[in-house]
This record gives sequence, C-alpha cells and structure tokens, in this order.
Amino acid sequence: MKKQARILLFILSALLIAVYFLPIWEITLDAPQYPEGLGFDIWINKMTGDLKTVNGLNHYIGMKTIEPDSIKELSLMPYLLALLIAGGIITAMLNKKLMLYLWSGIFVLFGIAGAVDFYIWEYDYGHNLNSMAAIKVPGMTYQPPLIGSKELLNFTAYSYPSTGGYILIFAGLISVLLVFYEFKFNKVIKSV
Amino acid sequence: MKQRILLIAVLAAVISGAGFISGCGTKKTKGPLIESDAPNKVYVEPGKFDEFYSFVSGGFSGQMAVYGLPSCRLLKVIPVFSQNPENGYGYSEETKPMLMTSYGFIPWDDSHHAELSMKDGVPDGKWVFINGNNTPRIARIDLTTFKTVEIIEIPNSAGNHSSPFTTTNSEYVIAGTRFSVPIENKDVPISSYKDNFKGVLSFVKVEPSSGDMSIAFQLITPGFDYDLSHSGKGPSNDWFFFSCYNSEQAYTLLEVNASQKDKDYILAVNWKKIEELVKQGKGTVKPASYAHNKLSEKTHTVTSEMLKSVRMLKPEDVKGAMYYMPCPKSPHGADVDPSGEYIVGGGKLSTVIPVFSFSKMIKAIEGNQFEGEVEGIPVLKYESVLSGEVKEPGLGPLHTEFDDKGFAYTSLFVSSEIIKWKLDTKEIVDRMPAYYSVGHIMIPGGDSRKPWGKYLLIMNKITKDRFLPTGPELAQSAQLIDISGDKMKLLLDFPTVGEPHYAQALPADLISKNQVKIFKLEDNQHPYALKSEKDARVERKGNEVHAYISSIRSHLTPDNIEGIKTGDVVYFHITNLEQDWDIPHGFTIMGNDNSELLVMPGETCTIKWTAKEPGIYPFYCTDFCSALHQEMQGYLRVSGKDSKAPITFNSNK
Repeated sequence: MKKQARILLFILSALLIAVYFLPIWEITLDAPQYPEGLGFDIWINKMTGDLKTVNGLNHYIGMKTIEPDSIKELSLMPYLLALLIAGGIITAMLNKKLMLYLWSGIFVLFGIAGAVDFYIWEYDYGHNLNSMAAIKVPGMTYQPPLIGSKELLNFTAYSYPSTGGYILIFAGLISVLLVFYEFKFNKVIKSV
Repeated sequence: MKQRILLIAVLAAVISGAGFISGCGTKKTKGPLIESDAPNKVYVEPGKFDEFYSFVSGGFSGQMAVYGLPSCRLLKVIPVFSQNPENGYGYSEETKPMLMTSYGFIPWDDSHHAELSMKDGVPDGKWVFINGNNTPRIARIDLTTFKTVEIIEIPNSAGNHSSPFTTTNSEYVIAGTRFSVPIENKDVPISSYKDNFKGVLSFVKVEPSSGDMSIAFQLITPGFDYDLSHSGKGPSNDWFFFSCYNSEQAYTLLEVNASQKDKDYILAVNWKKIEELVKQGKGTVKPASYAHNKLSEKTHTVTSEMLKSVRMLKPEDVKGAMYYMPCPKSPHGADVDPSGEYIVGGGKLSTVIPVFSFSKMIKAIEGNQFEGEVEGIPVLKYESVLSGEVKEPGLGPLHTEFDDKGFAYTSLFVSSEIIKWKLDTKEIVDRMPAYYSVGHIMIPGGDSRKPWGKYLLIMNKITKDRFLPTGPELAQSAQLIDISGDKMKLLLDFPTVGEPHYAQALPADLISKNQVKIFKLEDNQHPYALKSEKDARVERKGNEVHAYISSIRSHLTPDNIEGIKTGDVVYFHITNLEQDWDIPHGFTIMGNDNSELLVMPGETCTIKWTAKEPGIYPFYCTDFCSALHQEMQGYLRVSGKDSKAPITFNSNK
C-alpha cells in the first residue's frame, strides 16, 4: 500500500472513534402545535431526545413504545464499530492490500446491513399497530422515511444522518476510494 | 320683499348667535391628539413578544397582574392573597397553607405595591414582592415559575401600606404601617391615640440565594400614618425614606383632622446603622404571633409555621439613625431619584412638590440644623434640607418616577394629569391629562439606579367613558405613554385587573429565558406523588381514603374506583405524568364543594372531597389537553356507611 494510503486509513480509523461520542441519526417531527420542535437522536448505544413525548403521541395511533433498552442493535453496534476500528488500524499496520479490500468491503456491508435493519425496524413500528388504537385512519401506516421527509397525519417526519452518521458515510466512501486508488496504483506499477 | 330679506337676516343672526354662544361655553377636548404612529408603537405582531414584562398590583383583587408592554396584553393573573378557583390556589391541600395567618385562614387581601428584587440598585429578575394591606403580609413571587412561593405575616402592624420596598441589594424589604395601633394590641380607648398608638416599620431580611424572608427587626415610631417609602441609592444607599401624614395624630374624621397642619414629614432612617446596633444586641425580643408560609419546589407543597417572637427597637435605642424632614402637606410618595441625591415628596394637599437633597440633609444633621423634635426624634429645618420646590405643578401631587435622562414625572390626582420636570432646575417641561384621576405611575426601572425609561404607565382610578360601559361597576384603567422624546405621547388605554396601585417593569429577556417549562417528574418529592402509571392506586386509612391518580393524555388511572363509603374523606392526589410543554391536566369530581385542580407536568396536587351520599360520581379532566380530552374521565362508586365492600380500583378491566 502506498504510504499516504496507510496514513489515511489510520486517520479514518481514528476518526471512527468519534462515532462513540456523537449521534448517528436524527428523527425530527414537525407539527403546528410544536413550534419548539420535537425529535430524537439515535447514537451507537442509546437514544436521546423527546422519546417520552413521541411515545405519548404515538399511543393514539397504536404504535409500539420505542424502548431503547429493548433494541438489541444498540447493544451490538458498539462492538461492531470496535471491530471496524481495530480492523482498520491492523490493516494499516500490516500493510496488506488484500486486507484493505476486505476491510472496505466489510465496512460497506455493515453500512448496507445497518440501513436494511433500520428500514425493517421502521417498517415494523409503522405497520404493526395496536388494533385498539383510538385514531384509525383507513389504509394509513406510519413508517417514517429511511432518509428524507414524509407527512404522517399532522406531523412531517424527517429522517437524516446526524454528525456521527456523516462521519461513518464519509469514512465508508473514502475507504472505497482508497480501494480504487490502490487497485489503480497496482495496475500502474504492473504496467511499468 | 324687503321684509322677507329682513326676516331672513334676523333669523340668521339669531341662529348663528345661539350657535356661537353654545359653542363657546362647552368646548370639551377629548384629550391630547393621538400620534399617527401610536398604533405601530403598541402593535406586537402575532408570534412576536413584548419588550417588557410589567407586574401590576391588583389592589382589592389581592392578585398580581402581568402585562406585556407595549401591547398591554394581559399575560397572566398570578394569585397571591386571594383564592383562585381557576387553578385551585388557596383550595388545594398544598396551597391552602399559603393563606394561613395568625387570624386563621384568610381567602382575600388588598395588594397595593409590586417591587422587583434588586442587585446593585437594578432589578435582577429573581423575585417580585407584593404587600397584603389588610392582614399585614409580604408575599414573594418566583419569576421562573410565576408562582407565589412565600408569604410572611408582619406582627404589630395594621394597614401594611408602605410596603414592600427594597434596599438596593434586596438585603431588606420594608413594611410600614398606615394605621397606628397600640403595640401588643390591647384594649384601650380610641381617644388615647396620642399616648398609646404607634407606627411600626418592619425590616424583612431576604436571604440572597433562596429569597427566604424573616423579620430582622421592627422600629417603633411616633403614631403617624406611614404611607409610602423608597430606598436611597448611591450616596444615600444606607438610608430609607418614609412619607408620613397625620402628624396631627387624628383618629377620627381624618379627612379634615389629618389635613390641618401645613407640613407633615418624610422620615429618614439609616437602616445600616440600625443593623449595626442590632448586631450589638440593641432592641428587645418581644413575643408576637405571626405566620410564615413557604412553598417547597421539591414537594410542591406549602408548609405554614407560626413564629413567636420579633425584635423591636424604640427610637431611643437608635439615636442618630432617625430624622424627620418637614414635608408639605399630607405626603403620599417619597421617591428617590436614580442618583440617590434627590428625594421627592408628593404632598397630596400641597401646592408645590418639595425636592429634598440628601447631601444637604447630611450637612444639616452634622450642623445640628434642627427646628424641633418629635418624641425625641430630631426634626430638621425645612430650608436646610430642601433642594428646591417644583412650583405650580397642579393639584394633588402624589407619586414621582424617574427616567434615564434626568427628568422626573409626577402624578397629580386632583387635576388628573402628569407633569414632566427637570430634576436639577425643577422646571416643568411638559404636562399631559390623565383619563381619569391618576394615582401611581411607573417607568421600567423608574425607582432603580438605572431606569430603562422609554415608557410611562399611569394607573387611573376613574374610567367613566373611556371604554364600552359595563354596568355600574367599571374596570379601572392604565395608560401607556411614550417618553422617549422631549414631549410625552399617549399610546394606549386599557382596562386593568382589580385596582392597580404601583407596578414594576423590566426588559423581557431578563426573565423570559429562565422560565420553567415543566417540573421534572424524577425531582418530585411530594409524599403522594406517582412516578409511573403502574403505581396508581387507592388506599384506605380509617375513614380517610387516598387516591393516587395519574393523568396523562388521554386517561386518568385508575378510572374505576369502588368501595368508598358515605362519610369517607377522600383525598385525590393527582400527578401529571406529562413531561411535555404546556400540557396541564385538570381534575374535578361531581359534588365537589371545592374548586378544580390544575396540575402542571410533573406536579402533584390534592383536592379534598367528602362522600356524602351513596351513588356514582363521575370525575374528569377539566383542562382541554388532547384530541381525546372528552374521553378523559372516570367513575367513583360510593356505598352506604355500613357497606363491607373493600376498596377496588382499576383501569381497563
């Protein structure tokens, strides 16, 4: 691996440590009677924000209560991230191109798996509603968007990455670029 | 033809003559021209905030009204001395103790003057104090929750009018008596006034961080009526000035008998010196009986205790700390300018406004410029302490406030107007009629070291034709005046809560940023609080039943209660489990001979109810909290006295 690539890989892995200390994703709910805003943040190991209020409002439409303690991903993710960081540092130290390709591949896979898992979780919460719910709008379900905005009754729901999330996406993209760079570099050397 | 013309000419002359005469006689001006930009100056766009909070006393309503300036919109009526069935103040088990006194529970009082707590002579936005006139008390309101958090009764006092006024760092808040009475109230003939009746000035200590009040000492004074007072500032910081009338010491038909003397007094009290003397042990601790009531933020409950003694000082104990300054005539206001040098006396029957000079007063004391004494207290020579007089102000000067540009504004009750005059030259620069009969006036920071100026609020006693009539009992009113320019400009008239006497105002962001939005449920230490719906229950303790009910959108838990017997005294302890902004829940039950409860998020409140007859009694949430508020209800079943059925409670069984 080229020296710069190794250094960059090292920096990226170190940067990923920040994800332990920053929120990854934020869900915001906008409604006329909430001029002060309403929402919650998803971190690597917890959820913060107006969960109590959101759960209180959700009970009218029969949505399950969001209980961070019972969401397994929040206990698992810190370890997965640790593996990723360790993997990146080891790859940089061992200087093996194949390891880089593997590491980047796993990183991207984690990202895709995360997105899919999030979608499934959102689908479950939005569709499996309590049949005794007070407010029933025929045909209406409440799956928040994976990314973007959507109108749900009197609320507009926004789902976007937060700082930690952007770091993950950025690191993932850079790791893919690194792969291409190394691959091309390899090719160039071979051709010479 | 000529006759016809003559007839027409005569008729025309007669008609125009009559018109001229009638027009001349009653030229009624409807008042000063309203400036064309007045609407813009008072219009606050929907969604935007006012510049100032103003705290206006409710007078005989017993409450404190909060208005936003310049829109003059009523933001809130804070219940202080009167019960408020709207939210359960004075009715709930937690707040009833706030209205306890040595005379028992009192559901009303007359509250005259608001005073903001100060630091360095400038309002600090922590508390606002207000007096109870009839049952002498001072109340403290917390400006983060807009709740009355403490009331202390003042013993040995009657007519707590000259109250509450603060020293520049709110070390003390003062209470003075309007009605002299025998100290240690005893059975004596009223005609023994001159011998037995005394005035009392109380210095209530305010603890700097908690605001807790206690009576540090009381000063017994000659039997005059102590009307108003204000603290000195800057050079006069250690002094307090009290206006007093009825130096004639009349006790009947004061209207005539207390208006005989040409001059009454302003009493100057060096409280700093007295504080020192008290530390050295001066004065005697006498028995007294007075209530001290405090709200705990943690338990949301008021505890009331009866205090048993108070330290009293006589004038001979504090020689050199009290001086009388002669003041024409039956003065009302004793107002100190921002620099602390000028003390303005508002002599209501006087034809001039006397302005005293603090520096001259100190020189006169040092130079023994006395013209006599009252019960051992030296009386300084009028000319020796006078800075000057404002001549021909109008009739009935009452009260003076100050702006940030060296001007003073005085209200004239009888001639129903306000004058603006220059402090140093005593020259009147402007006058404006008041509609009608203005009493007190207020400028934001107008009694502080650094007035914010900009607006003048005048509070009127007679309304008559200013608003749409509403039967014989009309609201009193206030008027907002723009004082930012050289001439005063009338902006707005508005009817007020109760009878506004004095008021205080400060820039909104001094307190708007500190507002409590919800009470944290985890901090709630009320003995009957619920932390979760799961703990909601009903328990029997003999013939007392305690219902721990939780309220959250949109249900009360439990909402089916059975096993209550006739004769049971039921305490409904409602905890609002919400932690969301502006979501209160209310509570009441059929047959409630109390008021409703309004419970804020995270708070617990209790209402007492007696089961009188067997039957089914619905209860419900009284504050529209959610789309399904109408569904927020429950049933309570009362069985006969001898019923053996146990208490049962549930929700959704």
